[in-house]
Amino acid sequence: MPEEFEPKIIGFLCNWCSYAGADLAGTSRTQYPPNVVFIRVMCSGRIDAQFILKALKEGADGVLIGGCHFGDCHYQSGNYKAYRRVLLTKKLLAELGVEPERVRFEQISASEGEKLARVVRDFIEEIRALGPNPIAGGGND
Amino acid sequence: MTEGADKLKFAFYWAASCGGCEIAVLDINEKILDVVDAADILFWPVAMDIKYKDVEAMDDKYIDVCFFNGAIRTSEQEHMAKLLRAKSKTLIAFGACAVNGGIPGLANLANREEIFKTAYLENPSTDNPEKVTPKTSVDVKEGTLTLPEFYDTVKSLAQVVEVDYYLPGCPPPPWLILDAIEAIVQNNLPPKGSVLAPLKCVCDECRFKKVEKKIGEIKRVYEVEKIEDKCLLEQGIICMGPATRGGCRARCLDANMPCTGCGGPAPNVSDQGAKMLTALASILGLDVEDKMSEEDMAELIEKVRDVAGTFYKYTLPTSLINRKVMK
Repeated sequence: MPEEFEPKIIGFLCNWCSYAGADLAGTSRTQYPPNVVFIRVMCSGRIDAQFILKALKEGADGVLIGGCHFGDCHYQSGNYKAYRRVLLTKKLLAELGVEPERVRFEQISASEGEKLARVVRDFIEEIRALGPNPIAGGGND
Repeated sequence: MTEGADKLKFAFYWAASCGGCEIAVLDINEKILDVVDAADILFWPVAMDIKYKDVEAMDDKYIDVCFFNGAIRTSEQEHMAKLLRAKSKTLIAFGACAVNGGIPGLANLANREEIFKTAYLENPSTDNPEKVTPKTSVDVKEGTLTLPEFYDTVKSLAQVVEVDYYLPGCPPPPWLILDAIEAIVQNNLPPKGSVLAPLKCVCDECRFKKVEKKIGEIKRVYEVEKIEDKCLLEQGIICMGPATRGGCRARCLDANMPCTGCGGPAPNVSDQGAKMLTALASILGLDVEDKMSEEDMAELIEKVRDVAGTFYKYTLPTSLINRKVMK
Protein backbone atom coordinates (compact mmCIF):
# COMPACT_ATOMS: atom_id res chain seq x y z
CA MET A 1 0.00 0.00 0.00
CA PRO A 2 1.57 3.30 -1.05
CA GLU A 3 -0.14 5.47 1.58
CA GLU A 4 -1.05 4.53 5.09
CA PHE A 5 -4.57 3.17 5.25
CA GLU A 6 -6.99 5.58 6.89
CA PRO A 7 -10.21 3.80 7.87
CA LYS A 8 -13.53 5.38 6.96
CA ILE A 9 -16.18 4.80 9.62
CA ILE A 10 -19.89 5.49 9.43
CA GLY A 11 -21.55 5.90 12.81
CA PHE A 12 -25.29 5.74 13.34
CA LEU A 13 -26.15 7.41 16.64
CA CYS A 14 -29.51 7.57 18.34
CA ASN A 15 -30.90 11.02 18.99
CA TRP A 16 -31.56 10.62 22.70
CA CYS A 17 -28.39 9.05 24.06
CA SER A 18 -25.43 8.48 21.76
CA TYR A 19 -25.80 11.59 19.61
CA ALA A 20 -26.22 13.66 22.76
CA GLY A 21 -23.08 11.90 23.98
CA ALA A 22 -21.27 12.97 20.81
CA ASP A 23 -22.54 16.51 21.38
CA LEU A 24 -21.12 16.40 24.87
CA ALA A 25 -17.79 15.20 23.50
CA GLY A 26 -17.89 18.20 21.18
CA THR A 27 -18.79 20.81 23.77
CA SER A 28 -16.21 19.32 26.15
CA ARG A 29 -13.60 19.55 23.37
CA THR A 30 -12.79 15.87 23.70
CA GLN A 31 -10.49 14.92 20.86
CA TYR A 32 -11.00 11.95 18.56
CA PRO A 33 -9.72 11.29 15.03
CA PRO A 34 -11.78 12.59 12.10
CA ASN A 35 -12.19 9.17 10.43
CA VAL A 36 -15.80 8.86 11.53
CA VAL A 37 -18.90 10.44 10.04
CA PHE A 38 -21.95 10.34 12.27
CA ILE A 39 -25.52 10.04 11.08
CA ARG A 40 -28.21 10.86 13.58
CA VAL A 41 -31.25 8.62 13.71
CA MET A 42 -34.14 8.98 16.11
CA CYS A 43 -33.48 5.56 17.62
CA SER A 44 -30.94 2.79 17.08
CA GLY A 45 -34.01 0.62 16.44
CA ARG A 46 -34.45 2.59 13.21
CA ILE A 47 -31.27 1.06 11.81
CA ASP A 48 -32.15 -1.49 9.19
CA ALA A 49 -29.55 -4.13 8.30
CA GLN A 50 -29.80 -2.63 4.80
CA PHE A 51 -28.16 0.57 6.13
CA ILE A 52 -25.22 -1.38 7.50
CA LEU A 53 -24.69 -3.40 4.32
CA LYS A 54 -25.11 -0.33 2.13
CA ALA A 55 -22.55 1.61 4.17
CA LEU A 56 -20.07 -1.26 3.75
CA LYS A 57 -20.81 -1.62 0.05
CA GLU A 58 -20.35 2.08 -0.57
CA GLY A 59 -16.96 2.23 1.03
CA ALA A 60 -17.20 2.33 4.82
CA ASP A 61 -14.50 0.21 6.44
CA GLY A 62 -16.47 -0.02 9.65
CA VAL A 63 -19.98 0.75 10.89
CA LEU A 64 -20.57 1.89 14.46
CA ILE A 65 -24.03 1.82 15.96
CA GLY A 66 -24.60 3.78 19.12
CA GLY A 67 -27.73 3.33 21.18
CA CYS A 68 -28.90 3.97 24.74
CA HIS A 69 -27.95 1.61 27.54
CA PHE A 70 -30.22 -1.40 27.81
CA GLY A 71 -33.32 -0.42 29.77
CA ASP A 72 -32.86 3.27 28.90
CA CYS A 73 -34.22 3.37 25.34
CA HIS A 74 -36.43 6.39 24.77
CA TYR A 75 -38.76 4.08 22.85
CA GLN A 76 -38.36 1.22 25.32
CA SER A 77 -36.95 -1.53 23.11
CA GLY A 78 -35.23 0.03 20.09
CA ASN A 79 -31.72 -0.60 21.38
CA TYR A 80 -32.44 -4.27 22.07
CA LYS A 81 -33.69 -4.64 18.52
CA ALA A 82 -30.62 -2.88 17.18
CA TYR A 83 -28.36 -5.14 19.20
CA ARG A 84 -30.01 -8.33 17.92
CA ARG A 85 -29.88 -7.00 14.36
CA VAL A 86 -26.20 -6.29 14.70
CA LEU A 87 -25.61 -9.82 16.00
CA LEU A 88 -27.52 -11.36 13.08
CA THR A 89 -25.88 -9.04 10.55
CA LYS A 90 -22.45 -10.03 11.89
CA LYS A 91 -23.38 -13.67 11.37
CA LEU A 92 -24.37 -12.92 7.79
CA LEU A 93 -21.16 -11.00 7.15
CA ALA A 94 -19.07 -13.89 8.46
CA GLU A 95 -20.84 -16.22 6.00
CA LEU A 96 -20.10 -13.75 3.21
CA GLY A 97 -16.39 -13.63 4.06
CA VAL A 98 -16.50 -10.10 5.51
CA GLU A 99 -14.97 -9.61 8.97
CA PRO A 100 -17.88 -9.27 11.44
CA GLU A 101 -15.71 -6.95 13.57
CA ARG A 102 -16.43 -4.25 11.00
CA VAL A 103 -19.81 -3.75 12.64
CA ARG A 104 -19.94 -2.69 16.26
CA PHE A 105 -22.76 -1.89 18.67
CA GLU A 106 -22.11 0.30 21.67
CA GLN A 107 -24.29 1.62 24.47
CA ILE A 108 -23.42 5.25 24.97
CA SER A 109 -25.51 7.57 27.15
CA ALA A 110 -25.90 11.34 26.86
CA SER A 111 -23.42 11.82 29.68
CA GLU A 112 -20.72 9.61 28.16
CA GLY A 113 -18.89 11.95 25.82
CA GLU A 114 -15.60 10.46 26.98
CA LYS A 115 -16.81 6.95 26.28
CA LEU A 116 -17.90 7.95 22.77
CA ALA A 117 -14.44 9.36 22.03
CA ARG A 118 -12.79 6.26 23.49
CA VAL A 119 -15.00 3.89 21.49
CA VAL A 120 -14.30 5.81 18.28
CA ARG A 121 -10.52 5.76 18.84
CA ASP A 122 -10.58 2.11 19.73
CA PHE A 123 -12.76 1.16 16.76
CA ILE A 124 -10.60 3.10 14.29
CA GLU A 125 -7.51 1.22 15.50
CA GLU A 126 -9.31 -2.10 15.30
CA ILE A 127 -10.38 -1.38 11.71
CA ARG A 128 -6.92 -0.09 10.84
CA ALA A 129 -5.53 -3.44 11.90
CA LEU A 130 -8.15 -5.25 9.78
CA GLY A 131 -7.29 -3.23 6.68
CA PRO A 132 -9.57 -1.93 3.93
CA ASN A 133 -13.05 -3.33 3.58
CA PRO A 134 -12.93 -6.00 0.84
CA ILE A 135 -16.35 -5.16 -0.59
CA ALA A 136 -15.96 -1.39 -0.73
CA GLY A 137 -17.25 0.12 -3.94
CA GLY A 138 -19.36 -2.93 -4.72
CA GLY A 139 -16.55 -4.26 -6.92
CA ASN A 140 -16.96 -7.78 -5.66
CA ASP A 141 -16.79 -10.11 -8.65
CA MET B 1 -46.48 -23.57 -37.28
CA THR B 2 -46.92 -20.90 -39.90
CA GLU B 3 -46.02 -17.32 -39.27
CA GLY B 4 -49.03 -15.04 -39.37
CA ALA B 5 -48.35 -11.52 -40.57
CA ASP B 6 -50.51 -9.92 -37.87
CA LYS B 7 -49.44 -12.21 -35.07
CA LEU B 8 -47.05 -11.37 -32.27
CA LYS B 9 -43.70 -13.11 -32.22
CA PHE B 10 -42.63 -14.74 -28.94
CA ALA B 11 -39.40 -16.42 -27.88
CA PHE B 12 -38.61 -18.43 -24.75
CA TYR B 13 -35.15 -19.17 -23.49
CA TRP B 14 -33.59 -20.87 -20.47
CA ALA B 15 -30.23 -20.08 -18.93
CA ALA B 16 -29.09 -21.21 -15.45
CA SER B 17 -32.41 -22.64 -14.30
CA CYS B 18 -34.00 -25.95 -13.38
CA GLY B 19 -36.58 -26.15 -16.18
CA GLY B 20 -39.46 -25.39 -13.85
CA CYS B 21 -40.15 -22.09 -15.59
CA GLU B 22 -40.65 -23.97 -18.87
CA ILE B 23 -43.26 -26.14 -17.16
CA ALA B 24 -44.84 -23.00 -15.68
CA VAL B 25 -45.59 -21.78 -19.20
CA LEU B 26 -47.64 -24.95 -19.67
CA ASP B 27 -49.32 -24.49 -16.28
CA ILE B 28 -51.61 -22.03 -18.00
CA ASN B 29 -53.21 -25.21 -19.41
CA GLU B 30 -55.67 -24.77 -22.28
CA LYS B 31 -54.96 -21.04 -22.34
CA ILE B 32 -51.74 -21.92 -24.15
CA LEU B 33 -54.01 -22.32 -27.21
CA ASP B 34 -55.07 -18.67 -26.90
CA VAL B 35 -51.40 -17.75 -26.69
CA VAL B 36 -50.67 -19.65 -29.89
CA ASP B 37 -53.67 -17.90 -31.49
CA ALA B 38 -52.24 -14.52 -30.63
CA ALA B 39 -48.57 -15.21 -31.14
CA ASP B 40 -46.12 -17.32 -33.07
CA ILE B 41 -43.41 -18.91 -30.99
CA LEU B 42 -40.21 -18.49 -32.98
CA PHE B 43 -37.69 -19.88 -30.53
CA TRP B 44 -38.13 -22.25 -27.59
CA PRO B 45 -35.26 -24.72 -27.20
CA VAL B 46 -37.13 -26.96 -24.76
CA ALA B 47 -39.99 -27.53 -27.20
CA MET B 48 -38.77 -26.74 -30.72
CA ASP B 49 -35.90 -27.76 -32.91
CA ILE B 50 -34.36 -24.46 -33.82
CA LYS B 51 -30.72 -23.42 -33.73
CA TYR B 52 -28.93 -20.41 -32.33
CA LYS B 53 -27.89 -19.47 -35.87
CA ASP B 54 -31.57 -19.11 -36.80
CA VAL B 55 -31.88 -16.47 -34.09
CA GLU B 56 -28.64 -14.83 -35.21
CA ALA B 57 -30.09 -14.57 -38.74
CA MET B 58 -33.12 -12.58 -37.54
CA ASP B 59 -33.26 -8.80 -37.93
CA ASP B 60 -32.77 -6.78 -34.76
CA LYS B 61 -36.02 -6.33 -32.79
CA TYR B 62 -37.65 -9.02 -34.95
CA ILE B 63 -39.04 -10.85 -31.88
CA ASP B 64 -41.81 -8.92 -30.11
CA VAL B 65 -41.45 -10.47 -26.64
CA CYS B 66 -38.77 -12.76 -25.25
CA PHE B 67 -39.42 -14.58 -21.98
CA PHE B 68 -36.00 -15.32 -20.53
CA ASN B 69 -35.69 -17.59 -17.52
CA GLY B 70 -32.59 -18.55 -15.59
CA ALA B 71 -29.59 -16.72 -14.20
CA ILE B 72 -26.35 -16.02 -16.09
CA ARG B 73 -23.39 -18.17 -15.07
CA THR B 74 -21.73 -19.23 -18.33
CA SER B 75 -20.44 -17.44 -21.42
CA GLU B 76 -23.07 -19.22 -23.52
CA GLN B 77 -25.88 -17.83 -21.36
CA GLU B 78 -24.38 -14.36 -21.51
CA HIS B 79 -24.11 -14.62 -25.30
CA MET B 80 -27.75 -15.70 -25.59
CA ALA B 81 -28.90 -12.94 -23.24
CA LYS B 82 -27.16 -10.35 -25.41
CA LEU B 83 -28.37 -11.94 -28.64
CA LEU B 84 -32.00 -12.18 -27.52
CA ARG B 85 -31.85 -8.63 -26.15
CA ALA B 86 -30.78 -7.39 -29.57
CA LYS B 87 -33.41 -9.42 -31.41
CA SER B 88 -36.33 -8.60 -29.07
CA LYS B 89 -38.45 -5.47 -28.71
CA THR B 90 -39.39 -6.46 -25.15
CA LEU B 91 -37.32 -8.65 -22.86
CA ILE B 92 -38.99 -10.14 -19.78
CA ALA B 93 -36.94 -11.65 -16.96
CA PHE B 94 -39.09 -14.69 -16.23
CA GLY B 95 -38.85 -16.35 -12.83
CA ALA B 96 -36.74 -15.88 -9.71
CA CYS B 97 -33.42 -16.86 -11.36
CA ALA B 98 -33.64 -14.34 -14.19
CA VAL B 99 -35.05 -11.66 -11.87
CA ASN B 100 -32.69 -12.02 -8.88
CA GLY B 101 -30.31 -14.90 -9.59
CA GLY B 102 -32.48 -17.45 -7.80
CA ILE B 103 -31.21 -20.68 -6.28
CA PRO B 104 -28.24 -20.88 -8.73
CA GLY B 105 -27.26 -17.49 -7.28
CA LEU B 106 -26.33 -19.23 -4.03
CA ALA B 107 -23.28 -20.45 -5.94
CA ASN B 108 -21.97 -16.96 -5.18
CA LEU B 109 -21.12 -18.39 -1.74
CA ALA B 110 -18.30 -20.20 -3.56
CA ASN B 111 -16.40 -19.74 -6.83
CA ARG B 112 -15.64 -21.83 -9.89
CA GLU B 113 -12.64 -23.50 -8.34
CA GLU B 114 -14.55 -24.61 -5.23
CA ILE B 115 -17.58 -25.70 -7.23
CA PHE B 116 -15.52 -27.78 -9.65
CA LYS B 117 -13.60 -29.31 -6.77
CA THR B 118 -16.79 -30.37 -5.02
CA ALA B 119 -18.76 -31.43 -8.09
CA TYR B 120 -16.03 -33.22 -10.05
CA LEU B 121 -13.49 -34.36 -7.48
CA GLU B 122 -14.66 -34.53 -3.88
CA ASN B 123 -18.27 -35.69 -3.85
CA PRO B 124 -18.44 -39.15 -2.22
CA SER B 125 -20.27 -40.54 -5.24
CA THR B 126 -17.78 -39.12 -7.75
CA ASP B 127 -15.45 -41.53 -9.54
CA ASN B 128 -12.97 -39.42 -11.45
CA PRO B 129 -9.48 -40.98 -11.17
CA GLU B 130 -8.04 -38.79 -13.94
CA LYS B 131 -9.31 -35.69 -12.13
CA VAL B 132 -11.03 -34.29 -15.21
CA THR B 133 -12.72 -30.93 -14.71
CA PRO B 134 -14.47 -28.87 -17.42
CA LYS B 135 -12.14 -26.93 -19.71
CA THR B 136 -13.20 -24.31 -22.22
CA SER B 137 -11.33 -26.17 -24.96
CA VAL B 138 -9.58 -29.48 -25.38
CA ASP B 139 -7.70 -30.91 -28.33
CA VAL B 140 -8.62 -34.41 -29.45
CA LYS B 141 -7.50 -36.19 -32.59
CA GLU B 142 -10.68 -35.13 -34.42
CA GLY B 143 -10.02 -31.47 -33.66
CA THR B 144 -10.74 -28.98 -30.87
CA LEU B 145 -13.75 -29.38 -28.61
CA THR B 146 -15.06 -26.39 -26.73
CA LEU B 147 -17.33 -25.73 -23.77
CA PRO B 148 -18.72 -22.40 -22.57
CA GLU B 149 -16.76 -20.68 -19.83
CA PHE B 150 -18.14 -21.14 -16.31
CA TYR B 151 -18.06 -17.84 -14.38
CA ASP B 152 -17.08 -17.33 -10.76
CA THR B 153 -20.10 -15.14 -10.10
CA VAL B 154 -23.74 -15.79 -11.00
CA LYS B 155 -25.63 -12.75 -12.27
CA SER B 156 -29.25 -11.86 -12.77
CA LEU B 157 -30.40 -11.11 -16.33
CA ALA B 158 -30.57 -7.36 -15.67
CA GLN B 159 -26.93 -7.39 -14.53
CA VAL B 160 -25.99 -8.47 -18.07
CA VAL B 161 -28.48 -6.76 -20.39
CA GLU B 162 -31.27 -4.20 -20.12
CA VAL B 163 -34.49 -5.85 -18.97
CA ASP B 164 -37.93 -4.37 -19.69
CA TYR B 165 -40.12 -6.31 -17.25
CA TYR B 166 -39.74 -8.69 -14.34
CA LEU B 167 -42.04 -11.64 -13.70
CA PRO B 168 -41.00 -13.07 -10.33
CA GLY B 169 -41.68 -16.40 -8.65
CA CYS B 170 -40.15 -19.85 -8.55
CA PRO B 171 -41.79 -20.48 -10.93
CA PRO B 172 -44.09 -17.54 -11.73
CA PRO B 173 -47.67 -18.56 -10.95
CA PRO B 174 -49.92 -19.20 -13.97
CA TRP B 175 -52.25 -16.27 -13.20
CA LEU B 176 -49.34 -13.82 -13.29
CA ILE B 177 -48.15 -15.32 -16.58
CA LEU B 178 -51.63 -14.97 -18.03
CA ASP B 179 -51.96 -11.38 -16.79
CA ALA B 180 -48.64 -10.58 -18.44
CA ILE B 181 -49.59 -12.21 -21.74
CA GLU B 182 -52.96 -10.47 -21.70
CA ALA B 183 -51.24 -7.12 -21.12
CA ILE B 184 -48.88 -7.83 -24.02
CA VAL B 185 -51.68 -8.83 -26.39
CA GLN B 186 -53.76 -5.78 -25.45
CA ASN B 187 -50.69 -3.54 -25.62
CA ASN B 188 -51.40 -2.53 -22.05
CA LEU B 189 -48.08 -3.13 -20.30
CA PRO B 190 -47.09 -0.87 -17.37
CA PRO B 191 -44.04 1.45 -17.63
CA LYS B 192 -40.78 -0.27 -18.49
CA GLY B 193 -38.88 -1.63 -15.52
CA SER B 194 -42.07 -2.73 -13.75
CA VAL B 195 -42.44 -5.95 -11.85
CA LEU B 196 -45.48 -7.74 -13.25
CA ALA B 197 -46.90 -8.64 -9.84
CA PRO B 198 -49.05 -6.87 -7.23
CA LEU B 199 -47.70 -4.15 -4.92
CA LYS B 200 -48.28 -6.22 -1.81
CA CYS B 201 -46.26 -8.59 0.28
CA VAL B 202 -47.02 -12.29 0.70
CA CYS B 203 -48.58 -11.73 4.16
CA ASP B 204 -51.37 -9.76 2.52
CA GLU B 205 -52.49 -12.91 0.71
CA CYS B 206 -51.73 -15.37 3.51
CA ARG B 207 -54.60 -17.23 5.19
CA PHE B 208 -53.05 -17.43 8.66
CA LYS B 209 -54.28 -15.18 11.47
CA LYS B 210 -51.86 -12.47 12.49
CA VAL B 211 -52.06 -11.83 16.22
CA GLU B 212 -48.90 -10.35 17.70
CA LYS B 213 -45.44 -10.49 16.25
CA LYS B 214 -43.09 -11.86 18.87
CA ILE B 215 -41.07 -15.04 19.01
CA GLY B 216 -39.60 -16.85 21.99
CA GLU B 217 -37.27 -18.99 19.93
CA ILE B 218 -36.65 -20.06 16.37
CA LYS B 219 -38.02 -23.43 15.34
CA ARG B 220 -37.34 -25.33 12.16
CA VAL B 221 -40.32 -26.76 10.31
CA TYR B 222 -39.66 -30.33 11.42
CA GLU B 223 -39.62 -29.28 15.08
CA VAL B 224 -43.22 -28.10 14.99
CA GLU B 225 -45.59 -31.01 15.50
CA LYS B 226 -48.84 -29.24 14.87
CA ILE B 227 -49.22 -26.02 12.93
CA GLU B 228 -51.65 -23.67 14.68
CA ASP B 229 -53.94 -21.36 12.79
CA LYS B 230 -51.72 -18.33 13.21
CA CYS B 231 -48.84 -16.61 11.45
CA LEU B 232 -45.91 -19.03 11.10
CA LEU B 233 -43.48 -16.36 12.25
CA GLU B 234 -45.47 -16.07 15.47
CA GLN B 235 -44.99 -19.82 15.86
CA GLY B 236 -41.23 -19.40 15.60
CA ILE B 237 -40.84 -20.58 12.00
CA ILE B 238 -38.81 -18.26 9.78
CA CYS B 239 -41.19 -17.13 7.03
CA MET B 240 -40.00 -14.64 4.43
CA GLY B 241 -43.54 -13.36 3.79
CA PRO B 242 -43.14 -9.83 5.23
CA ALA B 243 -40.18 -9.01 2.97
CA THR B 244 -41.40 -10.83 -0.15
CA ARG B 245 -43.51 -9.55 -3.02
CA GLY B 246 -46.84 -11.30 -3.28
CA GLY B 247 -48.90 -12.28 -6.27
CA CYS B 248 -48.38 -15.96 -5.49
CA ARG B 249 -51.60 -16.10 -3.42
CA ALA B 250 -49.41 -17.49 -0.63
CA ARG B 251 -49.53 -20.98 -2.10
CA CYS B 252 -46.77 -22.33 0.14
CA LEU B 253 -48.61 -21.13 3.24
CA ASP B 254 -51.69 -22.98 2.03
CA ALA B 255 -49.56 -26.11 2.25
CA ASN B 256 -48.46 -25.16 5.81
CA MET B 257 -44.97 -24.32 4.60
CA PRO B 258 -43.26 -20.99 5.24
CA CYS B 259 -42.53 -18.54 2.45
CA THR B 260 -38.90 -18.86 1.34
CA GLY B 261 -38.93 -15.61 -0.61
CA CYS B 262 -39.10 -16.56 -4.31
CA GLY B 263 -41.13 -13.46 -5.16
CA GLY B 264 -38.07 -11.30 -4.50
CA PRO B 265 -38.04 -8.10 -2.48
CA ALA B 266 -41.34 -6.47 -1.57
CA PRO B 267 -41.93 -3.06 -3.20
CA ASN B 268 -39.61 -0.36 -1.81
CA VAL B 269 -37.20 -2.94 -0.43
CA SER B 270 -33.77 -3.04 -2.05
CA ASP B 271 -32.30 -5.97 -0.15
CA GLN B 272 -34.85 -8.65 0.72
CA GLY B 273 -32.55 -10.65 2.96
CA ALA B 274 -31.40 -7.70 5.05
CA LYS B 275 -34.97 -6.49 5.38
CA MET B 276 -36.20 -9.84 6.65
CA LEU B 277 -33.19 -10.27 8.90
CA THR B 278 -34.02 -6.87 10.38
CA ALA B 279 -37.66 -7.81 10.94
CA LEU B 280 -36.80 -11.16 12.48
CA ALA B 281 -34.23 -9.71 14.86
CA SER B 282 -36.87 -7.21 16.02
CA ILE B 283 -39.39 -9.80 17.11
CA LEU B 284 -37.03 -12.49 18.35
CA GLY B 285 -37.07 -12.50 22.16
CA LEU B 286 -39.10 -9.28 22.24
CA ASP B 287 -41.08 -10.34 25.31
CA VAL B 288 -38.18 -11.16 27.56
CA GLU B 289 -35.43 -8.90 26.24
CA ASP B 290 -35.19 -6.82 29.42
CA LYS B 291 -34.43 -9.97 31.39
CA MET B 292 -31.80 -11.23 28.94
CA SER B 293 -28.07 -10.74 29.14
CA GLU B 294 -26.06 -9.99 26.02
CA GLU B 295 -24.97 -13.64 26.05
CA ASP B 296 -28.60 -14.82 26.16
CA MET B 297 -29.39 -12.68 23.13
CA ALA B 298 -26.35 -14.00 21.31
CA GLU B 299 -27.51 -17.54 22.05
CA LEU B 300 -30.96 -16.77 20.67
CA ILE B 301 -29.50 -15.32 17.47
CA GLU B 302 -27.12 -18.27 17.16
CA LYS B 303 -30.19 -20.49 16.60
CA VAL B 304 -30.72 -18.85 13.21
CA ARG B 305 -28.89 -21.30 10.99
CA ASP B 306 -27.49 -20.58 7.53
CA VAL B 307 -28.23 -16.86 7.45
CA ALA B 308 -27.28 -16.31 3.80
CA GLY B 309 -29.12 -19.42 2.62
CA THR B 310 -32.26 -18.57 4.59
CA PHE B 311 -32.60 -14.87 3.83
CA TYR B 312 -31.02 -14.76 0.37
CA LYS B 313 -32.30 -18.04 -1.02
CA TYR B 314 -33.32 -16.38 -4.30
CA THR B 315 -31.64 -12.98 -4.28
CA LEU B 316 -27.95 -13.20 -3.42
CA PRO B 317 -26.65 -11.92 -6.82
CA THR B 318 -28.83 -8.78 -6.66
CA SER B 319 -28.40 -8.11 -2.95
CA LEU B 320 -26.17 -5.37 -1.54
CA ILE B 321 -23.35 -7.87 -1.00
CA ASN B 322 -23.69 -10.02 -4.09
CA ARG B 323 -21.21 -12.76 -3.28
CA LYS B 324 -18.86 -14.19 -0.70
CA VAL B 325 -15.44 -12.60 -0.49
CA MET B 326 -13.05 -15.41 -1.37
CA LYS B 327 -9.79 -15.53 0.53
